[in-house]
Amino acid sequence: MELNSRVPSGPIEGRWEKAKFEMKLVNPANKRKYHVIVVGTGLAGGAAAATLAELGYNVKCFCFQDSPRRAHSIAAQGGINAAKNYQNDGDSIFRLFYDTVKGGDFRARESNVYRLAEISVNIIDQAVAQGVPFAREYGGTLANRSFGGAQVSRTFYARGQTGQQLLLGAYQALERQISLGKVDMYPRTEMLDLIVIDGKARGIVTRNLITGQTDVHMADAVILGTGGYGNVFYLSTNAKGSNTTAIWRAYKRGALFANPCFTQIHPTCIPVSGDYQSKLTLMSESLRNDGRIWVPKKAGDNRSPQSIPEDERDYYLEREYPSFGNLVPRDVASRAAKRMCDAGRGVGPTGLGVYLDFAESIQRLGKNAVAERYGNLFEMYERITGENPYEVPMRIYPAIHYTMGGLWVDYQLQSTIPGLFVLGEANFSDHGANRLGASALMQGLADGYFVIPYTLGNYLASTKLDKVTADHPDAKAAKADVNERVKKLLSIKGKRTVDSFHRELGKIIWDYCGMARNEKGLKEAIGKVRALKKEFWENVNVLGSDGELNQSLEKAGRVADFIELGELMCIDALDRKESCGGHFREEYQTPEGEAQRDDEHYAYAAAWEYAGEGKEPILNKEQLTFEYVHPSQRSYK
Amino acid sequence: MKITLNIWRQTSPSDAGKMVKYELDNVSEHMSFLEMLDVLNEQLIGKGEIPVSFDHDCREGICGSCGFVINGVPHGPRRGTTVCQLHMREFKSGDELFLEPWRAAAFPVIKDLVVNRSAFDRIIQSGGFVSIPTGSAPDGNAIPVPKKDSDRAMSAATCIGCGACVAACPNASASLFTSAKVSHLGLLPQGQPERYDRAVKMVNQAKEEGFGGCTNIGLCEAVCPKNISLENIARMNRDFTVGAWTYREATAEGGAA
Repeated sequence: MELNSRVPSGPIEGRWEKAKFEMKLVNPANKRKYHVIVVGTGLAGGAAAATLAELGYNVKCFCFQDSPRRAHSIAAQGGINAAKNYQNDGDSIFRLFYDTVKGGDFRARESNVYRLAEISVNIIDQAVAQGVPFAREYGGTLANRSFGGAQVSRTFYARGQTGQQLLLGAYQALERQISLGKVDMYPRTEMLDLIVIDGKARGIVTRNLITGQTDVHMADAVILGTGGYGNVFYLSTNAKGSNTTAIWRAYKRGALFANPCFTQIHPTCIPVSGDYQSKLTLMSESLRNDGRIWVPKKAGDNRSPQSIPEDERDYYLEREYPSFGNLVPRDVASRAAKRMCDAGRGVGPTGLGVYLDFAESIQRLGKNAVAERYGNLFEMYERITGENPYEVPMRIYPAIHYTMGGLWVDYQLQSTIPGLFVLGEANFSDHGANRLGASALMQGLADGYFVIPYTLGNYLASTKLDKVTADHPDAKAAKADVNERVKKLLSIKGKRTVDSFHRELGKIIWDYCGMARNEKGLKEAIGKVRALKKEFWENVNVLGSDGELNQSLEKAGRVADFIELGELMCIDALDRKESCGGHFREEYQTPEGEAQRDDEHYAYAAAWEYAGEGKEPILNKEQLTFEYVHPSQRSYK
Repeated sequence: MKITLNIWRQTSPSDAGKMVKYELDNVSEHMSFLEMLDVLNEQLIGKGEIPVSFDHDCREGICGSCGFVINGVPHGPRRGTTVCQLHMREFKSGDELFLEPWRAAAFPVIKDLVVNRSAFDRIIQSGGFVSIPTGSAPDGNAIPVPKKDSDRAMSAATCIGCGACVAACPNASASLFTSAKVSHLGLLPQGQPERYDRAVKMVNQAKEEGFGGCTNIGLCEAVCPKNISLENIARMNRDFTVGAWTYREATAEGGAA
């Protein structure tokens, strides 16, 4: 398949302006005639649904949660980047662009990243106007802090709940449009298939999670803002309901899935405590501004942290990366923690943990100042672990947090299926092989508020769309497929619970396609995942019926898709014979143990095409070119 | 630990529902309350029994999905904590716990511990926003906001919309929830143009939904997992009073909306 990224030509500073001018417009009276489906109500989907309705489009919006306010964007803690340069510390759009391309280890598309940096400033303005209560200085201006991977203070924040506040801003805008009758909202409704007619996305099949009813919804375009797939690992910082089903169904209907193996492991999460563990909890990366990370110098040193004297501690990030210290990007910090634990210097009951210590900053700033910055995070830590971080250093360990991979989209955010647009974490576009802190909120909102309103109009104005109804044979067939699958899941009546399959999948992917990967392991993992898939469809036990709220049935459908995605992740990781960002192939590392890229052979986005059940997916490559930020070995030393 | 659970089981909105007793051994003190229910559900499925339905999602106390009543207290015994963040170390072996859904006419039970809270969304729809279409915002620093105002607005804005305040209130009042949004927006300069109308519309909508009035009991504040202050209700009442005296319907002379 020919992948056309539709990137505008000319100097990078002018590309988005040029693209906007060249796009066709839909006049206001005609916008009222178009119907658009938005799936997902997080920052990307919520912002898109609200903004498109403001423009006059008729929007149907779907979320599986009981309210659009609960999408998982709400859990983002640390902040949102914007190139405002309010701090006068040398920031600029170009620097944010530069940092993001470099932070992504040169596996993102330059033009998209530049646009993201450009739009970042508008997002802050919009959020402030909505009433998002960002942190302020005493003079009344907006406060900033620095964040992992950056040497300027460009991160805006609302205590440790920035995602919550930004999402509530988008949610309130969405609720306003619902009250005006421009958005029909369908909560507790899950998308289970995409309807493609004459090669164009024209609708979705949904299941009402309360009644079990499946329905067909038709539209002129479909927008997915359905988030990432970190829950393929079972244990992740994602919400329990976060899933890949919407984008996986779209993949199986012909949308290409790009860079599935690019997953982000966040360095500061609370370690696993037992086999009943249902999820992992992130401690905001902002903690690394004032906390110092260390392990004992001696392997197997199990004294309490307070009784280990200063000269027997190894502040390994400060030692190995003197210029960035504790603020190195996430992939670098995570791998360093793994190296320490692999060397037997990990702490805590499982040995899978490192200390994040605030003693020095409490001494320097006082307990109150530390409490003001991180109080809610300290409380959360105490609630979960029963330990008080004002007195005992926190124990942290890396966990899956974000997925850079997702459906392939062009500069217009359109997938390889015309009329199917993909926003936010669900697409692959802006973060390359590693996302910098405070950039996910930025991307979700940029896509939803400021990109899709233009590119959707361009699509609708330049495409001839025949009238189609829910009676179209392709729509009926998609609905029949969904019903068939639901029936099948309920009829197996095997011996194992859905969760037990999910845990096993998670363990396979974490062991073989997690923080470190190698050829032998990945091949083994592919075999194991295939066997698991076979067993799932023969031995899963889903009780209850399809005509009611049935949480086991919901999970079963999602886990079935995660299993298939897990296989594709391993295939992708196997193909990429280099290390970059969050993808670390043990065979390809520098003598110091850092990721060794191979720009000559792998400077591409790997876009996988579904070839049918039981067939190997087809690899399509989008070659990446770097005109402005020249690929170099990333160094944070 | 050994825990005895009495859980409200109700198959559908029309079912009468009843308490069912379950015994759990080997509960670890490090488990969260919901992880304990996960363990119970795995055991139930193993025995061919339908697992207990409960709402949950982020499991880190921010999405507001989870919540039920434990021994008469919404979200259980630990203050400022959602059930997903409540850990079993708060209990001791041999404890007997009674789990019930939120009880309020405006929150009908869907199944087991799951209730319908869409009334909260409709309260927000009635006015819980700033009418500012995308693209029309001035620079973020154009209007300075005193830090104290911004901090108080933020404290109100941390409401997660879980519904515990309603479940705790003998009047099933949604005043704490409604006032948190009225305060959040009313304290900021950006929220001023619609401030008084917002209070009137939201209070009226809450009444419309079947929530009761506030009689200053304060149980809502005591159970709120985000420690939203009663002060917000006072602020809402003041804005409502001003709004009620000055409220005018939009007029045709104003031109197109």
